[in-house]
Amino acid sequence: MNRLLQTLAAMILAACATPAPAVLNVFASVPEWGALVEELGGDKVKVYTATNALQDPHRIEARPSLIARARTADLVVATGAELETGWLPLVLRQSGNARVLPGKAGYFEAAPYVRMLEKPDRLDRAEGDVHPGGNPHIQSDARNIARVAAPLAARLAELDPANAAAYQTRHKAFSGRWSTAIANWERQAEPLRGVPILVQHKAFAYLEDWLGLKQIAALEPKPGVEPTTAHLSAVLAKLQQPPVKMVLRAAYQSDRASRWIAERARIEVVVLPFTVGGNEAAKDLFGLFEDTIQRLLKGAQ
Amino acid sequence: MRTPVSAALVAALCFTFPAHAANDADLAEIRAQVKQMKETYEQRIAALENRLAEAEKTAIKAEKTAARTEAGVGQSAAEAAPKATAMTSASAFNPAIYAVLQGVYANLSQDPNKYAIHGFVPSGDIAPAKRGFSIAESELGFSANVDDKIYANLILSLSPDNSVEVEEAYGVLTALPGGFRPKFGRFLSSIGYLNDQHQHGWDFYDAPLPYQAFLGGQFRSDGLQLKWVAPTDTYLELGAEIGDGANFPGTERNRNGVGNYAMYAHAGGDIGASHSWRAGVSYLGLKPRDREYVQVDAAGVDSQMAFSGKSQLAIADFVWKYAPNGNAQNTNFKLQGEYFWRKESGDLTYDRDGALGLTNDSSYASRQSGWYLQSVYQFMPQWRFGVRYDQLATGRPDYGSNAAYLDSSGFNPKRYAAMIDYTTSEFGRFRLQAQQSKLLPDLTDNQVFLQYILTLGAHAAHKY
Repeated sequence: MNRLLQTLAAMILAACATPAPAVLNVFASVPEWGALVEELGGDKVKVYTATNALQDPHRIEARPSLIARARTADLVVATGAELETGWLPLVLRQSGNARVLPGKAGYFEAAPYVRMLEKPDRLDRAEGDVHPGGNPHIQSDARNIARVAAPLAARLAELDPANAAAYQTRHKAFSGRWSTAIANWERQAEPLRGVPILVQHKAFAYLEDWLGLKQIAALEPKPGVEPTTAHLSAVLAKLQQPPVKMVLRAAYQSDRASRWIAERARIEVVVLPFTVGGNEAAKDLFGLFEDTIQRLLKGAQ
Repeated sequence: MRTPVSAALVAALCFTFPAHAANDADLAEIRAQVKQMKETYEQRIAALENRLAEAEKTAIKAEKTAARTEAGVGQSAAEAAPKATAMTSASAFNPAIYAVLQGVYANLSQDPNKYAIHGFVPSGDIAPAKRGFSIAESELGFSANVDDKIYANLILSLSPDNSVEVEEAYGVLTALPGGFRPKFGRFLSSIGYLNDQHQHGWDFYDAPLPYQAFLGGQFRSDGLQLKWVAPTDTYLELGAEIGDGANFPGTERNRNGVGNYAMYAHAGGDIGASHSWRAGVSYLGLKPRDREYVQVDAAGVDSQMAFSGKSQLAIADFVWKYAPNGNAQNTNFKLQGEYFWRKESGDLTYDRDGALGLTNDSSYASRQSGWYLQSVYQFMPQWRFGVRYDQLATGRPDYGSNAAYLDSSGFNPKRYAAMIDYTTSEFGRFRLQAQQSKLLPDLTDNQVFLQYILTLGAHAAHKY
């Protein structure tokens, strides 16, 4: 017991004595913000991404590993709009890290900087997993990345004033490259305008808004509710009229429902990476959108 | 809208004019009047409808303009947006509120009023629900930041017998540096794995046997807690608690000072993306005074017992979870187990019948243990299947001179359980659980529970 106590005490001392790292520790709730911080921070930041592209960001548990990483974070970057409401507040509270609680400079939410879509008229759990602030999957519109980048770069500079100039320079460079890329993607995606699609979960509202895709129906009867065969049949019946081109599903979602409908309606299932790391090509933000548009174009043929 | 109004008017007029006065001229006049009134009302209604439509158009236009402005200006407009929805009433500061409703249908082969575990005499609410239909505890929770330094939480439990209990009521200091998190008030102790989880979050209807036997269900106290998370990549949390120790296995003491001490360390982490784990060791020490209970003595008579002394409990716990790529949505697996050791020593008063004076004081010492292992598998979205095995070892208590009256034979109570549950959404769950308990020698209790758990209001946290 004594030895155990000694070891414990030594561990605590060692942990406390570790000097503050020269880099900014960033805890990103979802991969897109992790990737964005890497673009903006370069070697000035060390990014930990709490979830991967194959996980449903709604349904994460406050795992010990997340609490441990939040404990050492200088900045937490989250989507907000209740996307992480089930786990992030608990992680932050349990970490005991006062610097990253909501309201502090160490807590950043992306949603307030973009125009939210699909704000529900009726707040009722009978409507499924609805978010009062609007649809939280804001990252599927490349323009939103730019909208978040500016305040995020400013926040990095605020937390790490010594490197403020570096963040500014990197942001400027990123903005330039990003604007060019957006113009490119928009040109490429021109044939997608007005293309009728199905989606599995209402995860692509911003993508549809950006590229002009036309969502005919969602396979989930209500957001976050598993599609039933009865509902899928109803969707299928609805499809007889408009010539739907494809059904979109995010990499993290089960393929059951989209496969069911694709087989019967003879349409293509397009599995989008949805976020950075969603497939081989989506290694960073640029790759994410390039791959997304290529897949959509292929699906629309 | 128009039709019901005019119909009502016609009806009203018909009643006003007595039928015998209705000759042709009268009728024509009435018809003319009705027509006139109808026209007047229709005009008015049309005017109102026009005004409404105009107002709606303006509103839509304003919304569109606002949306365009926001989209165009981007960041600055968005930043201004939260200010536009400025809070206008005091209720905007209301805490997050949730309610949990539960109910059960219980089919028990033994009388739950005589529920007992051989060799263990916990107090507290450990017996299963009454036979047949009943609601279980309903829970009502309020939480919010008090200010920039304190977060507070109040959880009330409403019992089916219409009494209200304060389950938890605590404040947490949130602004301390260094990862320290002091909590004060009444709270569920963080010893073990399951102890600080509320009952509606459990994977089975009832608490594992060791929790029932050693803690009377769950241990809570009024006091202080200090937790600290190490700034390491692997999770390490150390915690200590002091409290009034008034709940089982402690007793109300009517003394100054501290009634219970608890200490624990929990570690955890991920192995790859698919596996995660947490393991810990905990210690709880109390000094019960005259902890009274009824025990059947060697002669088969209910006797009043009272224990005073030291009670020490150690717990080792672990949980391992698996989900493919960490995505628990479709399938996932959970294995959890805890081991309890308890050492009690002190004085035991045996009192078969105070009036006849058959009482005896003697020393008492016991070492008892228990464990459970359970596993839950979500085999498809919304459906989970689980099994659990619990077992206790009564040990052979040293009754001293009380050995003349009390049976110290060993017996290991055990229980086998299986459950299947269906989750309608994050907020609703139905569960069927069947189990066989052998808690007393020569007695088997076959139990079936059909349970529901409904959550209203604020989104529940996904505790690990």
